[in-house]
Amino acid sequence: MNKHLLSIEDLSKSDAIQILDTAEEIARISDGPVKKLPTLRGRTIVNLFFEDSTRTRISFEAAAKRLSADVINFSAKGSSLSKGESLKDTALTLQAMGADAVVIRHGSSGAPARLADQSWMKGSVINAGDGTHEHPSQALLDSFTLRRHLRDSAGDLSGIKVAIVGDILHSRVARSNVLLLKKLGAEVTLVAPHTLLPFGIDQWPVNISYDFDDVLPHVDAVMMLRVQRERMSELFFPSEREYSRGFGLTKERLDRMPKGAVVMHPGPMNRGLEISAEAADAVNSVIVEQVTNGVTVRMAILYLLLGGMSA
Amino acid sequence: MERFHVTKAKDLRGKACELKFEGERIVTEFSSKDKVTVIDAGGSTLIPGLVDLHTHLREPGREDAETVLTGSLAAVAGGFTAISAMPNTAPVADTAGVVEQVFRLGQSHGLCDVFPIGAVTEGQAGTTLAEIAAMHASEARVRIFSDDGHCVADPLVMRRALEYVKNFDGVIAQHAQDPRLTNGAQMNEGLVSSVIGLKGWPAVAEESIIARDVLLAEHVNSRVHICHVSTAGSVEIIRWAKARGIRVTAEVTPHHLLLTDELARGFNPIYKVNPPLRTEKDVVALREGVADGTIDIIATDHAPHPAESKECEWSAASFGMTGLETALSVSYQALVATKTTSFEKLISLMSSNPAAIGKYEGHGSLKAGSYANFALVDLDAEWTVEPTAMRSKSKNTPFANYVLPVKVNQTYFKGNRVFSGGVK
Repeated sequence: MNKHLLSIEDLSKSDAIQILDTAEEIARISDGPVKKLPTLRGRTIVNLFFEDSTRTRISFEAAAKRLSADVINFSAKGSSLSKGESLKDTALTLQAMGADAVVIRHGSSGAPARLADQSWMKGSVINAGDGTHEHPSQALLDSFTLRRHLRDSAGDLSGIKVAIVGDILHSRVARSNVLLLKKLGAEVTLVAPHTLLPFGIDQWPVNISYDFDDVLPHVDAVMMLRVQRERMSELFFPSEREYSRGFGLTKERLDRMPKGAVVMHPGPMNRGLEISAEAADAVNSVIVEQVTNGVTVRMAILYLLLGGMSA
Repeated sequence: MERFHVTKAKDLRGKACELKFEGERIVTEFSSKDKVTVIDAGGSTLIPGLVDLHTHLREPGREDAETVLTGSLAAVAGGFTAISAMPNTAPVADTAGVVEQVFRLGQSHGLCDVFPIGAVTEGQAGTTLAEIAAMHASEARVRIFSDDGHCVADPLVMRRALEYVKNFDGVIAQHAQDPRLTNGAQMNEGLVSSVIGLKGWPAVAEESIIARDVLLAEHVNSRVHICHVSTAGSVEIIRWAKARGIRVTAEVTPHHLLLTDELARGFNPIYKVNPPLRTEKDVVALREGVADGTIDIIATDHAPHPAESKECEWSAASFGMTGLETALSVSYQALVATKTTSFEKLISLMSSNPAAIGKYEGHGSLKAGSYANFALVDLDAEWTVEPTAMRSKSKNTPFANYVLPVKVNQTYFKGNRVFSGGVK
């Protein structure tokens, strides 16, 4: 496996399945009385968060701690980052402090790749979301969740039909999911108004639809994406109501989903905009489970990138 | 007056040739046979001193990135004997005072001519015309005006500027970029931008401005020059405009003739440039535009930046690449090595054609009466680009470690040798 996890492209299909299988092992152990594993004892993992993201940071922190690693949280607010320190100097500082891995969240696409490529860091770099580029750990936990529900927790996702709905243009979650789902053999349909699809999408290996209702009866899973309200002022759609009517997972649409199909959302949700309360809390909603699985999958990522080598 | 006789040189077609000059001008025959110094060219190729219509020298204001002196040193190392300083300095070159300062700095260094380009609008803000006539009347004799780095986006401002420079046959050099279509844009809008999640810069943002401006130039019968054309669609529009008789000229940079947006995939902002690197299809169209005369000149858009402006994440990095020291070699690679154009034509794209657009008297020619501005180059030599060996103060070349053809051995400016020894 690659030293870094910057993009789903860094993983082969067997790497991806190994992460999912390892996460299953970890999940089995975590169901036991002692949740903590000694695997990364003495290793230091830095959570370097240039953007606010409480849930992803906590998830990585919990994962590292359950593997007995030492965790340092470094966030932009109140630190030298907010005083204009460059990414390079931050990296050199963390390197000098002996970080074995850096989990980075950054608003600029490609910032984790810069950390890794420039040899500013000797340790592993794990992308926890960069700009509108990728969020690979989210895609891995999503596939893990899908595999549990639709494939008995084993193998790949061949033949599974997934619709990803919403702001594809600005979504790093969508980009990572498209890459991983295709790698695992799933069929992907992107559903969005054309303004929220990137120029160039016609060359992606996916189906495109502007009609959610048309797609809905044929899915095994829908992944709803968060829609940021400020997109309206940038003319991506006229109003919240119009968006919701066309692309929201309403109660009516929920009822039209095939039996056994699951509802997913990476959070945080805008209830009433892209997803109704009924859909968010439905019996076939696996949104809370995604959060639980997030910790497990991130444990597997850290274990394979760091522990697998020396322990 | 000193007399020099360049012997054992080859001309642009590879035939034996020689050159005579007295003082700063080329002559057919010496006025006297006294004191003639022979310069043995040793079989290297004699080219007219190159002329760049698009150079960023950063002085005044950003002397940490480049100065008129270091930019001139880089220019002569690349075979240039005339460069054109873009006005996006601090303060902006929008007054006679600033353009005269830059012009005099160039004269005082004596390495090459530095012709300032004046801003079209005050502070390059796009709203009020700068004192264009005063800049033209100044010692710098400014004839090209541009808000380069910014587009003259307001159609009325552009119309007035085009009309105003007609008084002295000036030209507006447009940086074609619709600001509303490129707000926050980072790279070419296409497959690569969609995959790597950098905000796209659509081709239409360039093409729509060019289409508008050639129509405006036709309407007021003035000259417009299009800076750094980068898309296939732009080439088509300019081709159409020329066929219609519109007085438009166009430039392309060496990097747009060789590199594509695929290079952005690694997120290294050394490849971040304005206009952005486009696709293979655009590169092919640009080369065709050069071959059929739609594109008139090659210009470097030499844009030096200090290390910290590129050693960072993509969106925080500055736009731009250095180019003076690699322009001839990269253009040769893109055009001559691919058999798109002859070497002779390449040299006219980089000397006589730009001199004609800027009306740089005595430049870009080896005819008697012209300045003794020339370079001796080795067409058979290759060299490896080493950023640290560059004479430019900034090292942001996208061609690091490229092995390129054509080595500049010596450069002469107004009869004086200003560069010798190939790449340091």
